[in-house]
Amino acid sequence: MNNINAPDIAIETKNLFIFYGSFAAVSEVNIKIEKQKVTAIIGPSGCGKSTLIRAFNRMNDFVPSSYVTGEILLQGQNLYGKNIDPVEVRRKIGMVFQKPNPFPKSIYENISWGAKINGFKGNMDELVEQSLRGAALWDEVKDKLKKSAYELSGGQQQRLCIARTIAIQPEIILMDEPASALDPISTLRIEELMQELKKNYTIIIVTHNMQQAARVSDYTAMMMLEKDGSRSGTVIEFSETKKIFTNPKDKRTEDYVTGRFG
Amino acid sequence: MKQENTIMENQLFRPLDLKKKMRPGESVIQALLFIAGLGSIFITLAIVYELGKEAWLFFGNPDVTFAKFFGTTTWQPGIGHFGIWPLVTSTLITSSIAIFVSLPLGLAVALFLSEYASPKARSALKPILEILAGIPTVVYGYFALLFMTPLLQSIFGKQTVEVYNMASAGLVMGIMILPLISSMSEDALSAVPRALREGAYAMGATKFETSVQVVLPAALSGIGAALIIGISRAIGETMIVAIAAGSGPNFTFNPFKAAETMTGHIARISGGDLSYNSIDYTSLFAIALMLFLVTLILNLISQGIINKFRQRYE
Repeated sequence: MNNINAPDIAIETKNLFIFYGSFAAVSEVNIKIEKQKVTAIIGPSGCGKSTLIRAFNRMNDFVPSSYVTGEILLQGQNLYGKNIDPVEVRRKIGMVFQKPNPFPKSIYENISWGAKINGFKGNMDELVEQSLRGAALWDEVKDKLKKSAYELSGGQQQRLCIARTIAIQPEIILMDEPASALDPISTLRIEELMQELKKNYTIIIVTHNMQQAARVSDYTAMMMLEKDGSRSGTVIEFSETKKIFTNPKDKRTEDYVTGRFG
Repeated sequence: MKQENTIMENQLFRPLDLKKKMRPGESVIQALLFIAGLGSIFITLAIVYELGKEAWLFFGNPDVTFAKFFGTTTWQPGIGHFGIWPLVTSTLITSSIAIFVSLPLGLAVALFLSEYASPKARSALKPILEILAGIPTVVYGYFALLFMTPLLQSIFGKQTVEVYNMASAGLVMGIMILPLISSMSEDALSAVPRALREGAYAMGATKFETSVQVVLPAALSGIGAALIIGISRAIGETMIVAIAAGSGPNFTFNPFKAAETMTGHIARISGGDLSYNSIDYTSLFAIALMLFLVTLILNLISQGIINKFRQRYE
């Protein structure tokens, strides 16, 4: 009885506020992110895009004095609920960072490490190959799996980071400007990869690059600082990417996507 | 108005001139840096020369042969026994004990300080460690003799543990090196980029898994440097072993027995009346040269091990 108007929701936020001390960096976010789609978060610098995406896998826990009010629901469970283990949250919600950050280990170990600490007992060689294929990296590295990950180019390193993330089979993959440190060709490969990945995973991507958001995403959340001068960011518009770029409701969104911002 | 214009012209419209300019400041600095570098090399060479010259006299003695020096195990130059091994083994034993104590403990302290401690705990702990580093070694020596030895005796029995013994000197030497290893290792750990930790946490790693399996390997070259300096410090340490390890060469592998190290022996012999050109006098330089060699070899070995395991990070 799948109703086309009630899509599967991977994760949703309810009245979410994110604070650094007494400062609300992000306020009142209510979005529902659909399963197996790419959702882009766009907006000017300093509007809280990264803060928001890092709230999804509790990476903000490492910032002293940060805390959250409201809820982020993954399959009905509040990620900030009382008995929630952040380590388990991160296992379910993986993340790819702005700058490629492979571990100081071999290419093989970069993939196997995460699986190992998460208790993977199956055939490791198979998992490594599968993950590298999934990240469209296998053919380039299959002959040098024992080599250090630092011998790879920046774009390859980033795909390795994607491979190690899919090796632990998360439900959601967060990407915080994953291509901003890469050249155009590597960027294109990452973007193509995202289209492959969304067949199995839900992807949330923060990007500065509006063309990229338009190219890769199904939905777009437009973030902006609140008008009241509080320096607090919020989602001002959230809908299908097509609508955001062709027929935005909010004047500020229109100004931003057409480059008339500021 | 007129004058203003000429100033403007002088500043903005300087004629194109790409010819080489004299920059005397640059050359002076360059020369000073060069002299400083040369000076340290010169001092090292001078020390080696001085050691070598006297050691040459020692080995030139008709009674001394390399076969005796490396092939026998009694060191009594005054009565014709020239086997260096008792001094070398006791140096190696005390130093190994020191490293076995200080490396794991120092690493644990460093990991705690850099990964676990709150800023408050860190600012309380670091000064205490620095105090440990500031204690004169003579105090450590008596600490070994008057505290560590009785402690070992009460554990293992007075028959087993001699009053002067290598174990207590080694253990206390380990305590002495601990702050060196922990502070250098902590620097290395703290220098590991935050991005690497975040990458590990984002994989669902716990704090311990992140610290030990990602941060520690990334800091390995810095920790290796700490280890090398720790080893050199242990081998070269004189006062603690001179006070607590024993005062007479003794070829033994039992750490609870007294045995004099190379440094302890040099300190004791050179403290007495020695006539130049006596075999006792020149023998000291042979020991010093040997000490130099042992340190060098151990440094090379640990460097090799580190290079093998080093995992570079950006």
